[in-house]
This record gives sequence, C-alpha cells and structure tokens, in this order.
Amino acid sequence: MAQASVTETRQSSWWHRNQQQLTPWLFLAPGILFFLFYVIFPIFQSFNLSLYEWDGLGQAEFVGLYNYEELYWDDAFYTSLKNNVIWLLLYLLAIPAGLFIALFLNQTVTGIRLYKSLFFFPFVISQVVVGLVFTWFYDPTFGILNVLLGAVGLPPLNVLGDENWVTVGIIVAGLWPQTAYCMILYLTGLNAVDPEQIEAGRLDGAKGWRMLWYIIVPQLRPATFIAFVVTIIGALRSFDLISIMTNGGPFGASRVLSFYMFEVALSEYGFRMGYGAAIAVVLFLIMLAFIAYFLWSMYKEEKAR
Amino acid sequence: MFPTPIERTSRSWQITYQTLLPLALILWLLPLIAVAIFSVKPDSDFSNANYWGWPSSFEGFTNYALVFTGSDMPQYLLNSFKITIPTVIGAVALSCMTGFALGIYKFKANIWIFFMFVAGNFVPFQILMVPVRDLTLQMGLYNTITGLVLFHIAFQTGFCTLFMRNFIRALPFELIEAARVEGVSEWRIFWYVVLPLMKPAIAALSVLIFTFIWNDYFWAVVLTQGVESQPVTAGITSFNAQYRAAYHLMSAGSIVAALPPVAMFFLMQRHFIAGLTLGAVK
Repeated sequence: MAQASVTETRQSSWWHRNQQQLTPWLFLAPGILFFLFYVIFPIFQSFNLSLYEWDGLGQAEFVGLYNYEELYWDDAFYTSLKNNVIWLLLYLLAIPAGLFIALFLNQTVTGIRLYKSLFFFPFVISQVVVGLVFTWFYDPTFGILNVLLGAVGLPPLNVLGDENWVTVGIIVAGLWPQTAYCMILYLTGLNAVDPEQIEAGRLDGAKGWRMLWYIIVPQLRPATFIAFVVTIIGALRSFDLISIMTNGGPFGASRVLSFYMFEVALSEYGFRMGYGAAIAVVLFLIMLAFIAYFLWSMYKEEKAR
Repeated sequence: MFPTPIERTSRSWQITYQTLLPLALILWLLPLIAVAIFSVKPDSDFSNANYWGWPSSFEGFTNYALVFTGSDMPQYLLNSFKITIPTVIGAVALSCMTGFALGIYKFKANIWIFFMFVAGNFVPFQILMVPVRDLTLQMGLYNTITGLVLFHIAFQTGFCTLFMRNFIRALPFELIEAARVEGVSEWRIFWYVVLPLMKPAIAALSVLIFTFIWNDYFWAVVLTQGVESQPVTAGITSFNAQYRAAYHLMSAGSIVAALPPVAMFFLMQRHFIAGLTLGAVK
C-alpha cells in the first residue's frame, strides 16, 4: 500500500516536472497522426506508385521511369500543361478585379453592407452550380452570350465547343467567385489603411491613380499576399468547373493536369493508377515551387517578429 | 478613407454613384438572377423558346415540390449534412488542440510541424487521390459517409491548424504566464483559459469549413458513388441526367443544393468574413 503511493507521488512529480515539455506533444498527437496518415504518407505513396503500372485491382508491375517517358511523348499532357499556364495567368486577373470592386464599394452610403455581401455571394456557391450556370450562359442555342453578341452584330460563338475559346470560357466562370474572394480581402485591407497617410498624401497633392499606387497599394500588401496565395492555389486546383462544364472536351482541349490525371486514373478511359500518379507528381512539383515560396515568406515574417 | 468618401464629392458624382451601385450589382449577379427566374418558369416556356423572357406563369411551388418529391434530392441533402457536420466538429476539435500546442509552446520542432500542416494544406488533391482511395477501400469505407468524413477531417486539419495557431499567437500571453504562476496545470490552462478566448475563431472556422465541405465535389466523386452516400454536389449531376433539358427543374435543384452554405453565410456573415480575411490586415 505504502509502496504504491510512493510510486504514485514519484510519477506525478515526474509528470509535474516534465509537464511543459510533454503537453504540446499530447495535444499534437491526434492531429499529426491523422494528417500523416491521410495527407503526408499518400504523397510519398504517389511518388512510389508513379514507378508502377497498376490497374487498381491486380498486381502492380514495376516499370521504373516508363510512365514519365510516356508522359514526355503524350500530346494530351502538353495540352493540359499549356492550359494550366493559361489558368495561372488569367486567374491572376481576379486580384486587380477584386481590388477594383473593393474600391468601388468602399463607401459608407446606406445599404452598402448588403451590397458588399451580395457582391461576395458567388464565392459561397458551389463551383458545380457556378459551372452549370455558366454552361447555360454560353449555350449556343439559347445562351444569353449569343443574344448579346447578336445585339452588337457579332456572329454567334459556341464557347464551350470551340477548342480555342473553351479554356478561356471556363476561366471566366472561375474568375467570378475568385474575384469575389479577392474583393473581400481588399475590403478588409482598405478598412485598415492609415487615414493619416492618406491625408498627408492629399496635402502633397497626390490623388487618383497616384494615390492608389504609391500610398494605398503598399499598405494593402498583406491582403495582396493572401490574394496571390489563394488565387494560385485555386488556379492549379481547377477541376470542378472543367468536369461540370466540358468534361475535358471538346477533344480534350480544356483538360488541365488535375483533370487529365483523374481521367487517366479513374474514369471510363481506364484505370491507369501509375500513369495518373506520374501526372500528379508533375502537378505536385509545380505546386511545390509555389508552396516553397509561400513558406519562405511566412518564415521570414516569423523571424522578423 | 480611400477613395474619397462619397458625401465629400460633387452632387452629380453622388447621384451617378447611387445609380451605378444597383446596376453593377444586377450585372454582377445576372447569372444567378437568371437561374432564379428559370426555376419558377413553367415547362412550356422552354419548349416555346421563351428562355430569357418573363415567366408566362409562376410555377415556383410546383418546380420546387417536384425537386423534393420526384428525385433523390432529399437523400443527397441529408448525406451532405451527415458529411459536413461531423467534419466541422472533428476538424475544429483537432485544430483547437494542435493550434494550442503550436501557438503557446516553444520547442524546436514547432515551426516545422506548423509548416508541415501549412504545406499539406496546399498540395494538389490529385497527388493524394489514388493512395487515399486505396486506403479507404482497404478499410472497407469506400462509398461510405464515414470514409469521406475521416479524410475531410484529416485534410482540413491543415488549414484549421494554420488558422488556430495564428489566432492563439495573437492572444495576450501574460494570461497563460499568470495561470502558470498560480500553479494551474497545462490541461486546465487549455480548457479554462485559452478555449473560452477561442470562441470567435471556432465560430469563424466552423462556417468556413461548413462551406468548403458542403461545396466539395472532387472527393465526393473519388470516394463515393450512388445515392446512399453521395453529397448533393455530386448528386446534382445525376439529378441533371434524370431531368435532362428540363431547365426549370435543374435550376430549382441547383438553388436547393446551393442554399445551405448561402444561409450559413448570411446568418454568420461577420464570423465568415473574419475567418476568410484573417491575416489580410497586420
């Protein structure tokens, strides 16, 4: 009896002494385990899998770098890659567009709060619905786009059926919610702009564009950084809209890497898990460049604190 | 304030602005307004090519009633709730703990664990797709709500940890020091000191994660199939296949599918925006 209570005190005092070292690990354990299991390990598994030929059911066969070699000769891969670049570039337009709308709405007239929330609306809606709505907007038989084009005397355009226009058409649909997101970031940023600097700028005769560029935009840096992060990630993640609006077509002209990978690995075109993994690895490496940059910026900021 | 407040500008610009505002809004929301009008039109309007005109009669009740009675929509909606709510609870609970650990304690691995969560949160879904699908199959959870929820919790923990950790960093650290001096155990500090202060962060994250997960389409397609487990985003495609070219029903279905996150946004607007814009201001 006495023995037991002695060990107990010793144990509790050991716990007492090391409490501050051990507590963070106890708190982290469930989160880390979950994350390792479902996110970190699968990344390495995908890398490994890209060296195999596997249909998802039978025996996987080791093929070395063959999948990557095939990728090198695959035209569809280059189309997807090219479209990814277009997505990245055009998607960034959401940032100036968002800033522009935010400037437009940064007023204090009656009902402006409601206006702001309604402008933000598209971001809350699922991309599946956004895709559907824009498909109808572009529809060659009844879409309002062609009604508008006809009104100004232009020939009708089947946006989603035209290899040259289809990617741009889908990106425009994607820009709608993304601009709303950037707008809300900038509205919050504009709220925190230092009024004294604006007054000082006004006294110095700065106004309009010069004021915006030299005094406002520098102060919006944190908002711009987040807008960049979410827009780049969003552009490289684009999948829902393509899947809903064109399913990669016409003739694969609107594929991006994320969609092509899905098509190769999990659709009626076949179950080539290894080849799909190789595409995913390429996409991952592209993303990794951006992730590394984001982390680097965050690291510098942490150090500065 | 920039741009110049409207009340300090000329009368004519004030009037222009006041008229421009509603016009811009209508233009901005035109696609949605079109869908809303579609959803109350009668079937005959579409066969008569009256696409963009005024509805010839108001059939809103019939259309929406049909969505709920003539299709699997109620089941899909129920599935979406069954997926979304446990995910929100799970991810927020896990990240309260990880955020606390990374926000309060100083130890060597701290920043690297934090970066692991942040980096993982940014990876493309496709690099996880095959292994996660395989994992789910092996655990016998393919095509179950549980399988989808477990993955969502794990993945969202990345973003939630980033959020919670930054929020906790901004709390006054003296509070914790004071509690430690009093001899309060670390666990009690978490429960009685930090957690009550985290309420706004918990509210913000809950609405955000609710919206993200409700709107998820990719993982729904990868990890589930069929009415018994698919959420409404994936269900809407089979709904559309069922009512091909019945635009009034497809519109009504889309609006029903989009409504819960919209309602969430308008009810919890302040938290939602606070969550989305965390870090946009220094």
